[in-house]
Amino acid sequence: MRLVLDDEQRAFTDSLEAMLSGADTPSVVREWSRGEHGSGRALWGRLASADVFALAAPEEYDGVGVRPVELALAFMALGRHVVPGPLVETVTAAALLPTPDLVKRLVSGETLATVAYDSPYALDGDAADLRLLLTPDGLHAATAHGPVRPSLDPARRLTTLTPGDLLTAEPPLAKALLLARLTTAAQALGVGLALLDRTVAYVRQRTQFGVAIGSFQTVKHQLADAKTALEFARPLVLAAAVTLDPADVAAAKVTACETAYATARTALQLHGAIGYTAEYDLSLWLTKARALRTAWGSPEECRDMVLSADGRRW
Amino acid sequence: MDLAFTGEEDAFRAEARAWLTAHVPPEPLPSLETAEGFAAHRAWEAELAADRWSVVDWPAAYGGRDAGLVRWLLFEEEYWAAGAPGRVGQNGISLLAPTLFDHGTEEQRALVLPPMARGEVVWAQAWSEPEAGSDLASLRSKAVRTDGGWLLSGQKTWSSRAAFADRAFGLFRSDPDAPKPHQGLTYLMFDLRAPGVTVRPIARLDGKPAFAELFLDEVFVPDADVIGEPGQGWRIAMAATGNERGLTLRSPGRYLAAAHRLHALWRDRGSPDATRARVADALIGARAYQLFTYTAASRFLDGVSLGPESSLNKVFWSEYDIALTETALDLLGPEGELADTEWAERYVFALAGPIYAGTNEIQRDIIAERLLGLPKGRR
Repeated sequence: MRLVLDDEQRAFTDSLEAMLSGADTPSVVREWSRGEHGSGRALWGRLASADVFALAAPEEYDGVGVRPVELALAFMALGRHVVPGPLVETVTAAALLPTPDLVKRLVSGETLATVAYDSPYALDGDAADLRLLLTPDGLHAATAHGPVRPSLDPARRLTTLTPGDLLTAEPPLAKALLLARLTTAAQALGVGLALLDRTVAYVRQRTQFGVAIGSFQTVKHQLADAKTALEFARPLVLAAAVTLDPADVAAAKVTACETAYATARTALQLHGAIGYTAEYDLSLWLTKARALRTAWGSPEECRDMVLSADGRRW
Repeated sequence: MDLAFTGEEDAFRAEARAWLTAHVPPEPLPSLETAEGFAAHRAWEAELAADRWSVVDWPAAYGGRDAGLVRWLLFEEEYWAAGAPGRVGQNGISLLAPTLFDHGTEEQRALVLPPMARGEVVWAQAWSEPEAGSDLASLRSKAVRTDGGWLLSGQKTWSSRAAFADRAFGLFRSDPDAPKPHQGLTYLMFDLRAPGVTVRPIARLDGKPAFAELFLDEVFVPDADVIGEPGQGWRIAMAATGNERGLTLRSPGRYLAAAHRLHALWRDRGSPDATRARVADALIGARAYQLFTYTAASRFLDGVSLGPESSLNKVFWSEYDIALTETALDLLGPEGELADTEWAERYVFALAGPIYAGTNEIQRDIIAERLLGLPKGRR
């Protein structure tokens, strides 16, 4: 039993963090939200070069073998930097697709994929090159997408899809859903961690009544609670990546998403009115925390999976 | 990263499980917080100790198995899953013993630890005073130098288990002229039946004498019962409170077992929707606490101690325990009001969690100031 990152995992996280820190992701998000995908696609190419999508594909498909722990680490970084685009969906597509050529193009970053499942909407249906639809019959390619509907998170552009050819009647749905939930959980955890960092920085420099508001006990205690919740969500996400057990993954999903959302509420409150503005960058994380809560499995669905897990003792 | 245990660890777990299956009393013991229950729990400690299961992580010389942290965690998972009794020796084992390992003398360890492991000597703590709670460093009970030792005088309170315990450990002001409140304190052990000690039990919310006030009037303590250097008590005690909040006071096994019992209760009651989310959260919280502890244990084995992160731990388990037991009482419906059930006992015990071992307000200050780097301010 060893539940800490090894040197290689730490180095991978550090290099991805360094790359994203220098990528001015808030500007990329704002362009993406306007439907201008150029800078987002350029960043996507750099993520592919960093092997982010290769972590979701076997070696014969140009991947590095499915590596859930590294995927989780990558998605924590993507969440921290609010990277836009159908990230979870591209990983999910790589797990679903029966055709090596398509998967290879996902791994190389050439192709962005979206997947609609259990929802009338697909994320970024306008930006994706490959649009997939999961129905009770199987996995379909979509022929067209509907108009973009605004999401509460402006960076998430939702469209309907029109079902086309059946690609496979029996896609590996269970495995793909585990990866979708795991990466969504990791992304949400990254969003929550970034919200905490940004809020701590804000309350240290914002002064009222002649002192930093971060010296007030009521402010401190809200942030202490956010820190506690995030630090207990973190090992759930990492362990879910290690075991890929459905109950572990469901537990990680509901906890990371609810914790990120609670942290968003705290962050908004402690920033005050400035946090309520679209112009201030905090909004990019605040709105994503809400959207991820229901993506790829609602809290209720995830809790039911935990309750129905039988025959095994945590 | 992996969550697999070694063959030896699995074998250890199996050995513990087999022993517990054969020895755990089929009926719960009477409440630990009564004279009758205290005696029954003391006898259970002796039974555990006879087969070296009372302090598995201690060195064999003192009654342990040199099992180390990971196997201690596995033992605890098995222990609570088996429905074994609460540990009457907990205060001594998780607070005083680590202090003696780090700061005691070889003679003190040899004298104190084996009877502690066998439940022959049960220890109470003597930290708080009527005017020194969260602001513990303002304590006023004093230790005055005398021939061959010290004379203790003053009043201690909220001393858990002291109504029935044998000995106590705590902090006393040995240098009233020290420039700062946390200087000039000395860590001492004393006999609760020594001349000059008066123990007045205090009834907790359900009326059981779970703690006591201690009145001390020139109680003689020999030099041999001073832990560490006189005047260094604060530093030594803070190392122990790190243990209390952290890894060793509340093991994940305790909450995993409680969460599984809650889940079973929920199913017995027809899986009502009203409590569905809370029962799921109890299961998830127990898993989160287990995994958080596994991470802390992994880091500990790499030589990194828990430090102020133990405050995260304390806030988490204390609030978790209340939520879990409240859910159980709600599930029990009209029976949830009855005081003589195991769930009621657990609930009343859980209510104290956010208060003892440093209130959760103090813990949140520590988290905010030492982990998040927020500025100190008025409390």
